[in-house]
Amino acid sequence: MSRPKKVPMPELPPHERIVSFKEVALGYTEEQAVVEAQRCLQCKVPLCIQGCPVGIDIPGFIRAISERDFDSGIKILKDSNSLPAITGRVCPQEKQCEAKCVLGKIKGTEPVAIGRMERFLADMDLKACPKSVQRVRKNKGNVAVIGAGPAGLTVAGDLAKLGYEVTVFEAFHKAGGVLVYGIPEFRLPKDIVQKEVEYVQSLGVKFVYNQIIGRTIPFEELRNEYDAIFIGIGAGAPRFMGIPGSNLNNIYSASEFLTRVNLMRANRFPEYDTPVKISDRVAVIGAGNVSMDAARTAKRLGAKEVTIIYRRSEAEMPARLEEYHHALEEEIKFFWLTQPVEYIGDINNNVRKMRCVRMELGSPDESGRRRPIPIEGSEFEIEIDLVIEAIGQKANAVLKTGFPGLKLNRWGYIDADPETGQTNLEGVFAGGDIVTGAATVIEAMGAGKKAAKAIGEYLLKASKAG
Amino acid sequence: MAHRILRKRKLAPGVYEFWIEHEQISKYAKPGQFLIIRSNEKGERIPLTIVEASKNAVRVIVKCIGKSTYMMAMMNEGDEFLDVVGPLGNPSEIDYYGHVTVIGGGVGIAPLLPITRALKKAKNRITAILGAATAEQLILKDEFEETVDNLILTTDDGTFGKKGLVTERLEELIASGDKPDIIWAIGPTVMMKFVSLIAARENILCWASLNPIMVDGTGMCGACRVEVDGHMKFACVDGPEFDGRKVNWNELIKRQHQYMEEERKALEAFKKKAGDLSWL
Repeated sequence: MSRPKKVPMPELPPHERIVSFKEVALGYTEEQAVVEAQRCLQCKVPLCIQGCPVGIDIPGFIRAISERDFDSGIKILKDSNSLPAITGRVCPQEKQCEAKCVLGKIKGTEPVAIGRMERFLADMDLKACPKSVQRVRKNKGNVAVIGAGPAGLTVAGDLAKLGYEVTVFEAFHKAGGVLVYGIPEFRLPKDIVQKEVEYVQSLGVKFVYNQIIGRTIPFEELRNEYDAIFIGIGAGAPRFMGIPGSNLNNIYSASEFLTRVNLMRANRFPEYDTPVKISDRVAVIGAGNVSMDAARTAKRLGAKEVTIIYRRSEAEMPARLEEYHHALEEEIKFFWLTQPVEYIGDINNNVRKMRCVRMELGSPDESGRRRPIPIEGSEFEIEIDLVIEAIGQKANAVLKTGFPGLKLNRWGYIDADPETGQTNLEGVFAGGDIVTGAATVIEAMGAGKKAAKAIGEYLLKASKAG
Repeated sequence: MAHRILRKRKLAPGVYEFWIEHEQISKYAKPGQFLIIRSNEKGERIPLTIVEASKNAVRVIVKCIGKSTYMMAMMNEGDEFLDVVGPLGNPSEIDYYGHVTVIGGGVGIAPLLPITRALKKAKNRITAILGAATAEQLILKDEFEETVDNLILTTDDGTFGKKGLVTERLEELIASGDKPDIIWAIGPTVMMKFVSLIAARENILCWASLNPIMVDGTGMCGACRVEVDGHMKFACVDGPEFDGRKVNWNELIKRQHQYMEEERKALEAFKKKAGDLSWL
């Protein structure tokens, strides 16, 4: 094996990137992509495809790159993935396609950089003049998609390609879901999301913004007007620690903090009207990807010291390694085995201090990770003037009241068939975080793909019966 | 989807009424609900209570307090708001209660109107206590006059009605023996707090429509969280109306002031560009 390592991806150096929201990873050049593509062994039985939740023909598009036939590569990609510029950037490939790559099994050898090459092709496609998209005649029935996140966009794109009339209802004024309000610009530029949304639009999909189904329009009305419905509203409600002092000023949920910056552009206040607090000492609670995003965002807003506080240790941290490394390079600090137990405020109700307790790891819990246990008498205080809690999401509250008759599971998420997305209601399908709880962009897209197929089959059967 | 201003009217200095074209909100809005407006591409999302709905438009009343509301006030008939989302929040619990007292302070008088009308329709006997700083700030007097059985007006400076606060009028009402069976209070947070304290003492259920800072207004961020009866609630999806006797008012007031400094900066910068705004 001549090249045991991936062709490295050029990146903005840390000192340059912490003062801006520019994208950190710069992407492969044509030469770099071709060299990387030649590392692929073109396995007869490609395991990488099994690792991809949407089943992209990975060796196919990589061969196209190695032959410099980029147009074919893009076509192969888009056959199974409507949003490759996004997934190429945000997928945890190390747990998916690249985890299965045969090269990665060889000692001292890295798997093929599938994500980077996917991104390369998708970016090339976005830069090219918009090609005329072949629109399929829409005469097979109409489908409402609730939520314009990764799951909804995938369902919409796939069904439009199959010839269905699709309308997407989105609560915000922009499409993309977590891609626009959650994932920061420096990981996923918003104009790329916009272009991918435009691509879905070019397939003939209609977008209706500012609609919270179950609130602004009754769910029943949609059921009367559409032949099928897909619900992909995400696990949008934030969890809070709920410890004393949780409602002090300058304590944010990661959702609020990131929405202010990503969607409302508070980093450009007062040019944009939405403000966000900027503080010297910021604590971020939790160590998932959202936590890394929040911490790195706080740094870019001008925080002097940003500390991530996690109740387990580095080994249990759920964040992607790449994001963790980026955070370390940007001088984010980490307090492992630490749990806040109380926030302490000043006379104006602004948070000033945080009381924490040291933890030790006990035996594994149901998640297989060692359970953190507080060490008695280990409490200590740290001074802090802004806290961002990034401890996860729960089911959207609108579900309980807004979707009468819809069966939920005991966690409050939608009870849907994992293979088809079928819910207990006829013609109503669901997928993504609102079924599984918070997961990844590509898993939501995978659920969308399966649901789109199931909806297509359902409508075909219904039209024959009718 | 832009939303056109069909009618605009000045109700008081810095207080404007808009009828905004929006068939869907008109169709579904119930008393107590609100909408969220973003005026333009760089704008923030601000919550406003729905005052009335016609066949194709909704009525909102806006007071100039910061950059976004000043900018709204400068918009004219025919102009369009970029985003209007609604109806949001839970509707008021309209029912027959007997003697209902509705208490409105300042621009909070506006969102009180649809609730009052619905309560009247439900056959309640209604006393309305409306208060404002000055006579000219005392809005919607006529519409309340038409609706309620007993209208009590009060101003801080005594330029109209009695001089004093709405709480003093409420105390008088209770002392007169005509104790309300239920209270609705909408206005400045301090006012709602003190009304709620009286209600707690008298053991009267007192609905207050809370106005914390909101961003999305759909339950996905928790900016609007408030402590009610010791529990964390999101005003946008769990409210905005809560039993005022159970609200942690001091916390709410301090949370409302979180961005005072930023708000001041934004307004100053805007005023510098916009010139003299005293005509508003």
